[in-house]
Amino acid sequence: MTERETPEHLLKTRRGEPVTLLEAISEALFEEMTRDESVFMMGEDIGVYGGAFKVTRDFLEHFGGQRIIDTPIAEGGFTGAAAGAAHMGLRPVVEIQFMDFISPAYDVITNYIATSMYRGAGPMPLVIRGPVGGGNRGGPFHSQNVEMAFFHTPGLKIVYPSTAYDAKGLLKAAIRDNDPVIFEEHKGLYRAPALREVLPDEDYVVPLGKARTVREGTDLTIVTYGAMVHKCSDAAETLATEDGVSTEVIDLRSLIPLDEEAIIASVKKTGRVLIVHEDTRTGGIAGEIAIRISEKAFEWLDAPMLRVTAIDAPVPYSGSLEDYFLPQTDDVLKACRYLAAY
Amino acid sequence: MPPGPRHGGPLEVRRLRIRELPGPVMMGRDAHGLGRKELHELYRALCLTRAAEERLEVLQERGHLTGELYRSLGQEAGAVGAAFALRRTNDGTGDFLAPTVRAAGALFLFGGEVLDFFRQYMARGTGPTKGREANVHWFDFQKGFVGPVSPLGTMIEVMAGITLSFRLRGQDRVGMVFDGDGASSTGAWHEGLNFAAVQRCPMILVVENNQWTFSTSTHKNTRVESFTEKGPGYGIGAESVDGTDVLAVFDAVRRAAALARAGDGVCMVELRYFRRGGDTQHDLQEYANPAEIAEWEAKDPIDGFRGRMLKNEWATEEELATIESDEFERCHVASEQAIGESLPAGPDAVESVYSNLDATRPWTRAVSPDPTMA
Repeated sequence: MTERETPEHLLKTRRGEPVTLLEAISEALFEEMTRDESVFMMGEDIGVYGGAFKVTRDFLEHFGGQRIIDTPIAEGGFTGAAAGAAHMGLRPVVEIQFMDFISPAYDVITNYIATSMYRGAGPMPLVIRGPVGGGNRGGPFHSQNVEMAFFHTPGLKIVYPSTAYDAKGLLKAAIRDNDPVIFEEHKGLYRAPALREVLPDEDYVVPLGKARTVREGTDLTIVTYGAMVHKCSDAAETLATEDGVSTEVIDLRSLIPLDEEAIIASVKKTGRVLIVHEDTRTGGIAGEIAIRISEKAFEWLDAPMLRVTAIDAPVPYSGSLEDYFLPQTDDVLKACRYLAAY
Repeated sequence: MPPGPRHGGPLEVRRLRIRELPGPVMMGRDAHGLGRKELHELYRALCLTRAAEERLEVLQERGHLTGELYRSLGQEAGAVGAAFALRRTNDGTGDFLAPTVRAAGALFLFGGEVLDFFRQYMARGTGPTKGREANVHWFDFQKGFVGPVSPLGTMIEVMAGITLSFRLRGQDRVGMVFDGDGASSTGAWHEGLNFAAVQRCPMILVVENNQWTFSTSTHKNTRVESFTEKGPGYGIGAESVDGTDVLAVFDAVRRAAALARAGDGVCMVELRYFRRGGDTQHDLQEYANPAEIAEWEAKDPIDGFRGRMLKNEWATEEELATIESDEFERCHVASEQAIGESLPAGPDAVESVYSNLDATRPWTRAVSPDPTMA
């Protein structure tokens, strides 16, 4: 491949300028494709159009149609093809235009991809990434969080970043990982101005399976991930200033591997825990985290384990409905105050 | 842009004649360009397939099989003829195969060891999947095969990706995926085939039209008389062939492979035959017409080829008898060895779920059970 110049909009980190979470993801993809010729991408409208959210803008011109492949609308077809390419030593990155549309690929992901290593096929290095999450009035089919549809399938890793720094480092780690990774990108965080940050102008990864302590605290722990990290941080700030309650906020970063050690250590320190996820309630990760705390730290608990989540409904379209559907900062505050007073 | 040399337009497999294709010099008497040695090899693969499966029946009666037994009775020539047409190597540079459970003959020709076949059926720890998976569901990327999963339409998607990698890397390799008539009704079949067609993947789809999907006849799976009618819908070449005729299958797949290698992308070869037995051995096939079964018995692929070998003097009676007893003996020895090997250790179940993570061991199985150590 001939040397081509990096497109202007992908040079922000090199120039020392802040980037959005979306730009961090674009940089990660661009740098990995530059670093490793076996990395290539497939997805709907990722080439000529540059992706529905423009994550791969100018990639087609830079890398060519062999490595940036516009696919038919067939999530099962191209995700399955990614599995075959991964068998042959390539490292495919598949974009699902909206993660709500991953369902046609459920068969190949759960029956084929997730079981591949166990069945003796060796490494399955592929990343399935795409936008998730509500708050954008996207309605039932452009707003879902899909992590728990896959959390129950051994063999998959699931990553869900909350900051630009993490998004870039985690995506690089996911691409270099030898297991299949589902990588969720919250649309509400993509271009959030508050999340702009200057990233290190160097190659870095954020290892999968290591939670981040967003804020240290001694009175209670909030375990969360994704967009909820920011609502929980806001709540923790209010608790500190208005209630004098010291809240520790843990950002899981990846759900598989799950950093159980970090959760247990924090619960043992504070004795109170709230689990917060934007995903719906029943069968959400809160249940899994609670049982692990019960197994490992029951004696340290001073209050019941509680959760704040979306309600058990499809994601509604109207703003009034969606705001009620989604967990809000105020919900987190109320739950924390209940716990602190318990 | 990615596609191969030609854009659009249906591919006309039927128009290509075998004489236009490169291959060994024809030896006369309709030997399809194969020499005596190759013809014997074909017969050997047919005998191995049947002997191995008949051996499985004995093993099942003796209680040695872990799961179900699937036979390819009446379909052996399809698997053997097709695999024989591809380039089989042992160094990771040859063509690629995704068999079904009724294409064990193809797996053997690609270098799958009959000993491993028995180990898989008996779930031995010594087998290629260490007891995690059954029958032909195993992998060897050096020899060039990928183990199927039970929702078989998925394998077209996977083979699309394997052959996409061949095209992206400019490798002179093709991949062949077997699928039954039943799988053609799945979404994966369509998504995988359409993707492969659009991407000009060098892929051959072999449709094993054995007229049954478990107990459901093919007429309840599709309105078309031949799966080749679906070819134009994908812009791919398609050819239907008598699946009981090993040389006809060989020819058809060789034509398809030549087109795939030449950059024309996907081709479909439909094998027409009949599953002369239940879906598994537990299925007595009472839904099938006995007269029809008898008709197909008269067209047995191995008997037919044997007769042709003798008639054309491609082999002597003694040579064929030796091949038959060799393969019978080989299966006997291999199965007895597998019987003597052990099952995997139970605790191995937690291993290699991921490349760098094991599953959690159940705390109740620990020497001193303690849930905080789970």
